[in-house]
Amino acid sequence: MTAVAENPLVEGLERLPVHPTVLVIFGATGDLAHRKLLPALYNLAHQGALPERFELIGVSRSTYEHEEFQAIARESIERFSRTKPDPAVLDGLLAEMRYIPGVFDDDNVYAELGRTLDELDQSAGYPLSRVFYLSTAPQFFPVIVGELGKAGLNRAEARETRVVIEKPFGYDLASARKLNADVLEVFDESEVFRIDHYLGKETVQNMMAFRFANALFEPVWNRNFVDYVQISAAEDIGIEGRAGYYEGAGALRDLVQNHMLQLVALLTMEPPTAFDANRLRDEKLKVLEAIVPPEPEQVPTMAVRAQYGSGVQGGVTVRGYRAEDGVAPDSRTASYAALRLQISNWRWAGVPFYLRTGKHLARKVTEIAVQLKPVPHLAFQSQGSIGVQPNLVVLTVQPDEGVSISLGAKIPGPRMRIRPVNMEFHYGTSFLSQSPEAYERLILDAMRGDATLFTRNDEIEALWGIVDPILTAWKQDTDSEIAQYPAGSQGPLEANTLLHPGHSWRRL
Amino acid sequence: MEAALSEDVWSARDTTPDEIDDALRELLHERHAANNALVPARVLNLVVVVDRSWKGEIANRLERVGRYHASRTVLCAVEPGRTTMDARVVMRYDEPTGDALGVILEQVEIDLGEGHLQNLHSVVDPIRAAEIPTMIWCPHGHAEAVESLLPLTDVILLDSDEEPEPAAALARANELLTSAYVVDLAWLRTTPWRERLAATFDPPGRRELLWQIGRLDARHQASSTASAVLLAGWLASRLHWRATPLSARDVGELRAVAHAGDRDVEVCLDSSDQLVPGLTGVTVAVPEGWSLSLDRAPGGLCARRVSAGGTESVWKVLGASRGEGGILGEGVRQALLRDPTYGPALAHARAFYPALA
Repeated sequence: MTAVAENPLVEGLERLPVHPTVLVIFGATGDLAHRKLLPALYNLAHQGALPERFELIGVSRSTYEHEEFQAIARESIERFSRTKPDPAVLDGLLAEMRYIPGVFDDDNVYAELGRTLDELDQSAGYPLSRVFYLSTAPQFFPVIVGELGKAGLNRAEARETRVVIEKPFGYDLASARKLNADVLEVFDESEVFRIDHYLGKETVQNMMAFRFANALFEPVWNRNFVDYVQISAAEDIGIEGRAGYYEGAGALRDLVQNHMLQLVALLTMEPPTAFDANRLRDEKLKVLEAIVPPEPEQVPTMAVRAQYGSGVQGGVTVRGYRAEDGVAPDSRTASYAALRLQISNWRWAGVPFYLRTGKHLARKVTEIAVQLKPVPHLAFQSQGSIGVQPNLVVLTVQPDEGVSISLGAKIPGPRMRIRPVNMEFHYGTSFLSQSPEAYERLILDAMRGDATLFTRNDEIEALWGIVDPILTAWKQDTDSEIAQYPAGSQGPLEANTLLHPGHSWRRL
Repeated sequence: MEAALSEDVWSARDTTPDEIDDALRELLHERHAANNALVPARVLNLVVVVDRSWKGEIANRLERVGRYHASRTVLCAVEPGRTTMDARVVMRYDEPTGDALGVILEQVEIDLGEGHLQNLHSVVDPIRAAEIPTMIWCPHGHAEAVESLLPLTDVILLDSDEEPEPAAALARANELLTSAYVVDLAWLRTTPWRERLAATFDPPGRRELLWQIGRLDARHQASSTASAVLLAGWLASRLHWRATPLSARDVGELRAVAHAGDRDVEVCLDSSDQLVPGLTGVTVAVPEGWSLSLDRAPGGLCARRVSAGGTESVWKVLGASRGEGGILGEGVRQALLRDPTYGPALAHARAFYPALA
């Protein structure tokens, strides 16, 4: 293969080039496309970030003509775009949209898709890159990938071809392995982009900047100085009519297996030698593999599941999980999960990592709290230093993105009395730019072929490997009572049993 | 800025920088005490020096920059004959709801005289927010003010398109570049064009064409010659063309031949009757017949490609116009970034359009 010289025009540009592309969205009339993908594409178009030639083909089961799909897309964009649509840009984008109706296991759909793709190549005068975005129910992922292979649409001769697969990637370790095998039979790993939209969030990416661009933190980022770490992903809403999905997923699959373990990996991995897809993912994989999955008998001592009962949220009485529409009255699905994990490597051995997530908790917040150990000797203890607390570093992912560091400071006055004060960095006050939607970044990265913010096959299996024994143990346990917590509360008291002496859950 | 913003205001006649600084602190203290979820933005100081009679127009332009407001804006309005300073401090904020934080933006307006300009740093320095970069913008010249402020300046915002003489504008930008980072709005007007040209030649199959370009046509609004010359300078710097001085062929038509090794590149800059500043179109062509034209159109750019065999293809490249408010906002945002290609592009632009003897 002949090396192609670098493009000298790229240097200094904020927006890197994206090659002319056809994006094919399977599930184009679904909720994700409606709320996120189509508005994200509009925003990219508005900013002039789409490739010079961009075509979109929607594939879905509903029977629509092109124009009807365009009308649906217009409604999605007008309702959910973060930028007020410019009529000329919106019209231009919609004019490039086509629609192919059909079920995902019908060979005719792919024959029609192939014809349409060929037509677009003909019209452009050269082979356009192809990105197949699977935004369907997960049972269709292997079906669609298999059909794409059967129709020869995976072949990348003289073009770039990629497949983007939404979450959930698998239902457990075995199904993730099977899906990986199915996908990799058709596409090369370098062509597969498994989405975890958390990785597209600016604040999540900032964790790497925070750790590796500041000499201040790295020396204390280890077992010698860190007492424990707490990661919370709390929601103040319930399942919002998504019982069909949630009953099968539960809190562990919904947030822990993907988003929260990704946060653990980014927080604890070793510095990559370069910020490129494989070197970054190599480091994440190493640390994920250092999290030892529990034996079945260990699960009750390191994991707690619970469901919200009725309670008061924001002044309004809400019903309990088992009373939600579509939820079985005897459901054992967890709407709350808390774990205590250990990372068995030199840096982190002995440091407990507490994770908790749940629906209908007191407040919506996603944060990482790194609690440092107390100072070894307190010189002013005898002078009334009751307020001295170990330093705490809190990285807030949402809703108020930023970093807060608590420090001990002297209370003004004649005596040496100390109390914690906060040093805070907030995105909103420190940057002029508005963070783009995670999907805008991820769609562009997929079209550019940059997999840095996507999950690799071995990484996804390592993630499932951590939660799989817990899922299995919970599934096998059909007798014990599922802990309950009032909606709007801090969560179940049972979560306290995971904590080591002297540790406590942060108030939400 | 959103219409629903609240304001706290302080004003004084015949005041001093120390009093203004005290007022800033006091207003911040009072506002934070009233609502501790309100915190001052700490990103950028923007110092603007304007003619008093144009203060309103500049203030309006600053209002229209979208979300890219400086944290603390110090607007110095120069009034001939004035010997004292009058000042007005405005804190703007949107009361936050729930757990959210609210951001306070601060604006200081100082009416002062020409006599203050020579030592303007002593007026501005006490009023700047500490530990954040300072950008200055003097759209009406005021070279004395620029000289005085340079020691405390990190970034200079200018607009080479607004100067009547492009050669002088480019020379001035080059001179300032030795003292601070320069953000040139004329350069920012070329950004979408540079991005599109970079993208056009990015697919590996097209990259070789870059080294065969034989002609560049840049079409521009009559007053935006500097933008067009900077675009030509950018291509010359990136593709190692040796620029030669442009000559006027007719009104609004400038021509030069750049040398790329043993190959010549025709550079043609033509003014058009477009109303908004900036470029109206760009064409690059290779001698074998391949060419690409990009021209402004509603909702983006109209692209027209002619293959070596003569086949024509026309399509729309999507993108909303940022407008002049957006360009200024982008200028403010660029204060926090560094573009390593502006300096070399400027040097080549000056070779295309050298300073007048």
